[in-house]
Amino acid sequence: MNFLKSFVTKSRIKSPWLLHFDCGSCNGCDIEVLACLTPIYDVERFGIINVGNPKHADLLLVTGTVNYRNRPVLENIYEQMPHPKIVVSVGSCGNSGGIFRDAYNVIGGIDKVIPVDIYVPGCPPKPEAIIDGVVAGLSALSEKDGRGVPPVADELGKMSASYSERYENFNTGEEK
Amino acid sequence: MFSAGNLFLGIISILLAPFLGGLIAGIDRRLTAWFQGRYGPPILQPFYDVLKLLGKKRMAVNYWQILCAHIYLVSAAMCVFLFAIQSDLLMIFFVLTIGGVFMVMGALSTPSPYSQIGAQRELMQMLTYEPLLVLVFVTIYFVTGSFKISDILNHGEPILLVLPLMYLVLGFALTIKLRKSPFDISTSHHGHQEIVKGVLTEYSGPHLAIVEIAHWYEIVLVLGICALFWATSAVGMAVLLVLTYMGEILIDNLVTRATWRWMLTYVWGVGIGLSFMNIALLYAEYF
Repeated sequence: MNFLKSFVTKSRIKSPWLLHFDCGSCNGCDIEVLACLTPIYDVERFGIINVGNPKHADLLLVTGTVNYRNRPVLENIYEQMPHPKIVVSVGSCGNSGGIFRDAYNVIGGIDKVIPVDIYVPGCPPKPEAIIDGVVAGLSALSEKDGRGVPPVADELGKMSASYSERYENFNTGEEK
Repeated sequence: MFSAGNLFLGIISILLAPFLGGLIAGIDRRLTAWFQGRYGPPILQPFYDVLKLLGKKRMAVNYWQILCAHIYLVSAAMCVFLFAIQSDLLMIFFVLTIGGVFMVMGALSTPSPYSQIGAQRELMQMLTYEPLLVLVFVTIYFVTGSFKISDILNHGEPILLVLPLMYLVLGFALTIKLRKSPFDISTSHHGHQEIVKGVLTEYSGPHLAIVEIAHWYEIVLVLGICALFWATSAVGMAVLLVLTYMGEILIDNLVTRATWRWMLTYVWGVGIGLSFMNIALLYAEYF
């Protein structure tokens, strides 16, 4: 069975299906993401397919900030993806909220809502950087167990949640 | 029909057909990438995809859906088995239809609108290709006097020579069955836009892998039916299959997706027209 398991792990790295979600981005990052699919960069050579369906996806690529309106959408999409899955946050807005972080409607970066594995910096990042981020995410993907969230990622998720809670409390002046 | 050698051949074909189908799908993706000026994925990419899907967590909308995926696989594998033991073409056709119907049922069992639309379109596709497939089998019967594959294989000369138009008709059915443009309307094969994979929308993980493996069986089956048209020599068969599949990939890359209305009117019009022309030529003993 070990042989089979290593085979599946290898396949996981070789076949990441990518779901791109525009979480209120200015479209700068989105264009760069789509540029990765063009013949110049051709991410299909790594087995990456841009799917439109969270149920088929292994890799959630999110651009833009989370606000109160699209938070449930982002959570819903994340929930619909079967394990193992990884999240790549693309661009300054997705990483931290970017220049919009102080806006009244903005919650902040993607990691305030769902656990993020890889952060790709830039405004917008170059396609090369996005591909780098995705490839870095693949090693994270191979480590994740097929039966659910591994302990480490679970801990990270909790940590991220507690940080976002503290951040919110800090912003609203309710620091305990 | 059921001899020990036959059964052995059938079981071997059930085991080997997915590998062959996956390999064909891989070459297909590589060639498509080449046509589009890209480098393309490795040839073994479909196997990586399916293995990965098999290793994912099970997520199903309902149990009916899982049952349908499995019956689709069993029916497709059964078709290949029946083909390998040189059974009846009509029998294969009926078993193929069972799988198709259960595919539609599985998609209809979920409330997703994409899945529902995909299922309706899949039904339209079945409505389009099934009469054509029956016509192809009937004309083969006219020529060889039998629906049995063993008798067709024993026919002295390649039946392509007397049924050239029927081969074109089979090409339509082949394009629909392979889910290729312009007839990929139920699954939106490329880019996954429009109805995000249609009938496959609600399948995920291992169940999607099962559907994919069943599709490989179908690829092998349909190419097998094409091979019957030049069954007298292995070289002729290979050349015919390679040319046919190349043509499929070329058409897939050249044309855009059709609407179901266009598909139904065009394919029925041209397909049934060509069939009757071929039958008329047969009666006039033109060949």
